[in-house]
Amino acid sequence: MSTAIVEPAGPADRDEELPPARPAPLGAGYRFELTKLIAQWRMRGVLLACWLVPALFVGVVSRQSSLPSDTVFGRWMNATGWAGALVVLAFCCSWALPLLTSLVAGDAFAVEDRLGTWRHLLLAVRSPHRIFVAKTLASLTVILAMVVGLAVSGVVGGLVAVGNHPLVGLDGRSLDPGDAATRVLLAWLAVLMPTLAFAAIGLLGSIVLGRSPMGLLVPAVLALALNLLQLLPLPVMVRLALPSASFLTWRGLFTTPMQTGPLLVALVVDVAWAVVALAAAYWLFLRRDFAVLANDGGGRRALVAAVVPLAAVTGLSVLALALFSPASGAGIRKGQLEESLSTVFAHLYRMQTSELHQASVTEQQLAASTSCDKGGDLVDDVGPGNDWRCVVSWHVPGSSVVGQAIYQLDVTADGRYVADGDGPKEVNGFFTLHTADGDVPNPLWQVDGLVDLLNPTAQHSTKE
Amino acid sequence: MGVERAVRARGITKYYGDVVALDGVDLDIAAGQVHGLVGPNGAGKTTLLGLLLGLSGYDAGSLEILGAPTRRTLAVPDGVAGFVDGPGLYPALTARANLAALASLQRYGAGTAAAVDRALEDVGLGDVADDRVRGFSLGMRQRLGLAAALLTNPRLLVLDEPANGLDPAGRRHVHDVLTRLAGDGCAVVLSSHRMDDLAQLCAEVTLLTGGRVVFSGPMAKLAAESGVIDYRVVTASGDETVVRGVAALDALVARVIGDGGAIRELAPVVPPLEAAFLALTEGTRS
Repeated sequence: MSTAIVEPAGPADRDEELPPARPAPLGAGYRFELTKLIAQWRMRGVLLACWLVPALFVGVVSRQSSLPSDTVFGRWMNATGWAGALVVLAFCCSWALPLLTSLVAGDAFAVEDRLGTWRHLLLAVRSPHRIFVAKTLASLTVILAMVVGLAVSGVVGGLVAVGNHPLVGLDGRSLDPGDAATRVLLAWLAVLMPTLAFAAIGLLGSIVLGRSPMGLLVPAVLALALNLLQLLPLPVMVRLALPSASFLTWRGLFTTPMQTGPLLVALVVDVAWAVVALAAAYWLFLRRDFAVLANDGGGRRALVAAVVPLAAVTGLSVLALALFSPASGAGIRKGQLEESLSTVFAHLYRMQTSELHQASVTEQQLAASTSCDKGGDLVDDVGPGNDWRCVVSWHVPGSSVVGQAIYQLDVTADGRYVADGDGPKEVNGFFTLHTADGDVPNPLWQVDGLVDLLNPTAQHSTKE
Repeated sequence: MGVERAVRARGITKYYGDVVALDGVDLDIAAGQVHGLVGPNGAGKTTLLGLLLGLSGYDAGSLEILGAPTRRTLAVPDGVAGFVDGPGLYPALTARANLAALASLQRYGAGTAAAVDRALEDVGLGDVADDRVRGFSLGMRQRLGLAAALLTNPRLLVLDEPANGLDPAGRRHVHDVLTRLAGDGCAVVLSSHRMDDLAQLCAEVTLLTGGRVVFSGPMAKLAAESGVIDYRVVTASGDETVVRGVAALDALVARVIGDGGAIRELAPVVPPLEAAFLALTEGTRS
């Protein structure tokens, strides 16, 4: 039996012309990507950890006598529950958030290469554009769920373990619980943007490096490199042009007035990184030939297409900051430190008098002033280092006596400093205070402070 | 009897850089036909299957799928399904979840659950519908891939090595499904290295080598291309003889029977289709 094939009618004669199959709805694609992510046991484990571990950590550490005082707000963990959430935030900014973005975004596209499912997915969705959007949105959703978990867990753990008490800011001011809660919320919101920027870099790495393990590690490796860079005394315009700057600048929310300059600059840089990284990822993804399995997106050209735009963003950011920023050099000057330490000291002195049940004083009555010197006569009084020595002077209320206290400062390149009291013993030389209610921590013994890297105050104070 | 054409390709040429993957390929596949695609590794089979699925475009020629001209990637009409280089499945999801996700992507509304169950039953995976694919054997994955394709009610089904990893029962099951689909008017394009599978299923076959079609037509015609075949003959006394060509075979059989013996086994040393495959592909290479 022979079978004759008849020619189908031409388009004009056909009852209905067959259009290309429609792409899958974006909502369905998003739900599918989310389902795939959540179905992975490691993802569920990490999500669970994000919602539980911070609460356990804060709950346990807050009750210990030895607190993580090297971490900002760590020394206040047993004084208020809000400090615990901020210690969690500081830890997250160093490692956890880049690692989480690596785990989720770094694998978003590479997982299809590993499983060999690209063709299947493409046939099911019928739109690389929608696949990209769905994968991006699903990754960001999971990352957001993790960040919210870390924040909520840290806050709940702190409030349950220690309570809703005032928080001492980085200028020594006591923030009432409502104010502290607002600032903690703002701080977590502030780190969302750099987290999204790292997520975008993770998505880009996942597309460029395909099934290579390096694709999974791009945000973590970048964070490690940037953390190392942040340790160096880089010019402030370079420091703020890096996408990791917002992982540090949220601390400016805990001074009064808030140090919003560095925070806003860093957020703008993060937006630029996120947009450029996502645009590069989208461009590379849409140009991929899915018919060739051996081509998983890698290659020198793709690498260049990914790296060059981000290098350009960094260069342009540095240039813009150099042109428009009032700061120069490392951004840490003698005058800034003196002003900052005077403020911190005055606020904490009030707290000390309160704990000692002495007559209350005001910052205006104290009129504290500070004189700082870095490294003796041969070193310029500028930049980070642990060789700053400051003398704080204040008017003792009710007398003509001028009190003096000495501090050794360890100033890091990001503007944070820890001032270690060096006497007199009655003021800042001992870690506890003897009060009628028993021994309590001496708030003036070790103090945390923060200088505004973009504040032009006393920029010309160098060694004479 | 006249039937609609599911695939019509004329002079399809496809390059990957400087490499010619397909070189002026012509192909006609009727609706309801099971069509085999064979060729040595690197012949261009996967590329051609990818074009039929709409996974990539081509550089020259013309291609109509289900009567609709297609040129760009993903421009094929509804009703085309299948897989190349193995079915794409997500090991962390259950068999049911894999199909349900696919159904939701393809705008199935009410009746999705029933359609998924039916597809799983069709390929004999109803009992393991709620097991994660991570634990599936290769054969089970192949069948689940076929179920995913069935879910779309295809009119053109493109399958790359669907019998990989299947046990004899599983292979028979898949054959039954494909035969039924063809009976319902679905064109099935099947790439396989197993000539016995193709012989059982396919009405026509296309042989590719070096990106070119060296044969396209009915299976019987391909067998005729095999040239002179060696036959192995085992007599009742246990003597084993290999003779070349039908004339020598006839002479041997006549002699054995004339001597009062009997033939216990008689078979080509290399099956005719395989011999044809080797003859055509090696001829092209030389």
